[in-house]
Amino acid sequence: MKGNEAIAEAAIQAGCRHYFGYPITPQTEVAAYMAKRMPKIGGCFLQAESEIAAINMVYGVASAGHRVMTSSSSPGISLKGEGLSYMAGANLPALVVNVQRGGPGLGGIQPSQSDYNQATRGGAHGDFHLLVLAPASVQEMADLTMLGFDLADKYRMTAMILADGTMGQMMEPVEIHPREIPECDKSWALTGTKMKREHNIINSLSMDPYDLERMNVERYERYAAVERDEVRYEAYRMDDAEICVVAFGIAARVAKNAINEARGQGVKVGLIRPVTLWPFPKAPLLAAAEKCERFITVELNMGQMVDDVRLAIECRRPVDTCNRTGGVIPSAAEVYSAIMGAQKGGAAK
Amino acid sequence: MEEFRRVVLLSGHYGSGKTNVAVNLALKLRRRHERVAIADVDVVNPYFRTSDSREELERAGVRVICSAYAGSNVDVPALPQEMYAVTDDRGLRAVIDVGGDDRGALALGRWRDAIVEEGDYEMLLVVNRFRPLTRDVPSTIEVMREIEAAANMRFTAIVNNSNLGSETTPGDVLGSMDYARALCGETGLPLRFTSAEERLIPALADKIENLFPLKLQWKIQ
Repeated sequence: MKGNEAIAEAAIQAGCRHYFGYPITPQTEVAAYMAKRMPKIGGCFLQAESEIAAINMVYGVASAGHRVMTSSSSPGISLKGEGLSYMAGANLPALVVNVQRGGPGLGGIQPSQSDYNQATRGGAHGDFHLLVLAPASVQEMADLTMLGFDLADKYRMTAMILADGTMGQMMEPVEIHPREIPECDKSWALTGTKMKREHNIINSLSMDPYDLERMNVERYERYAAVERDEVRYEAYRMDDAEICVVAFGIAARVAKNAINEARGQGVKVGLIRPVTLWPFPKAPLLAAAEKCERFITVELNMGQMVDDVRLAIECRRPVDTCNRTGGVIPSAAEVYSAIMGAQKGGAAK
Repeated sequence: MEEFRRVVLLSGHYGSGKTNVAVNLALKLRRRHERVAIADVDVVNPYFRTSDSREELERAGVRVICSAYAGSNVDVPALPQEMYAVTDDRGLRAVIDVGGDDRGALALGRWRDAIVEEGDYEMLLVVNRFRPLTRDVPSTIEVMREIEAAANMRFTAIVNNSNLGSETTPGDVLGSMDYARALCGETGLPLRFTSAEERLIPALADKIENLFPLKLQWKIQ
């Protein structure tokens, strides 16, 4: 399956019956797949007139308590920003997929990770976070989509799959197992009072500053629970590592090849791959800083996650960067050179 | 394997492996014919294009016809002007890599009449039963009919390219033969060939007729 198709099929298996989107390379196969499948299973596929319309349709279906998703690529996600903020204000669960391409602006159509800061800082105005999941294989595109729906429901927040053009376009074998959807209390949803309860109101407007403050504090209490219970990461060859590479998504796959190459030369190097970008795996990185003398971040941007790594390790160790941007993927040889440079104790940037 | 007609059109569901089959077929034809071209008329997907194999094809003496924008990252549905050589120059052998699904096949419209009028062509449906939207015979026929309607042309044969990428086992290919035969039975079309990665050929050689070895063009670690 293609990565984009894996997301779409996994969403269907996770009980999503509503998809609203607008085509943009390199995520269009999500919409194309939904267009074929949804009518056959009694679901709703709608190509909206714009990304903004699509995210507001997501707001509507989420308000009714149904699992719903939209997908786009970088410029389209910026258009959805207003809706993301409104959904955070209204505490609505949904899944948003960003198959990133190079930016800024319209940028290019090749893979990128340059929306890291946008995604991990909420993606729009206001005090809020998205739950950000970063797949590194087509299988994870499926698995994290299913997980994203579950976590969104559990914490009443929007989850985002932060993938890139490579993940969306590449093909790998995938197993998607239909499964039980966890029970979730959605008594807040707009389902009609049937004259048996008070009206539910879904809204992101709050004119009383004390009320608004109280709601924001409550939201951050939920975020604290997410940061405590939902951090996910992969540690690869870290047991005896003296150099720690940090990378997510496609960059982590490139890094693994370079690490194996360097291990062949006797260099003790490992990888920490954040699977959740928010919540960020701070504790495992800080623990790694006890043993690892140097860190290297590999990103498809000018260096965004590197700041979170420095914060996580409390600037105890030098952090080198190995970045390519604009749609260019760092090669295993480039990452290998960075590892060998760090091993020789070259100047850290 | 039976000799190919002058023009070989390859179409099918996107991601079924058309471009890989097209590139390998063009290289094979070049070993037997002096003048061979491969034409990429994919207007749907800017990723994984024939033009990505341009160097290897041109080194082998295959003329590569593709949009000036292919591989340039300019995401516009442009058709190559050189495509007219395929219909005007009847001394040229051509493999045409048509874009995915019905939307991709629509691009054929401009050349359809000339190709049909000459009558020296075959149109092959490339299928992979491990693709989610062509996993069984009815869904494959659905995609096939959509392409035929868009192209205003009928398929002449099936190419079984069932695979799971680099994880494909001989058993996967053998297991796909029932699907391929059922598809042929249902559509009345012959099975033109079964393609499989080179490394699988020894294990399949005495079990499948008309086996076509593929050198994979792309692989991501």
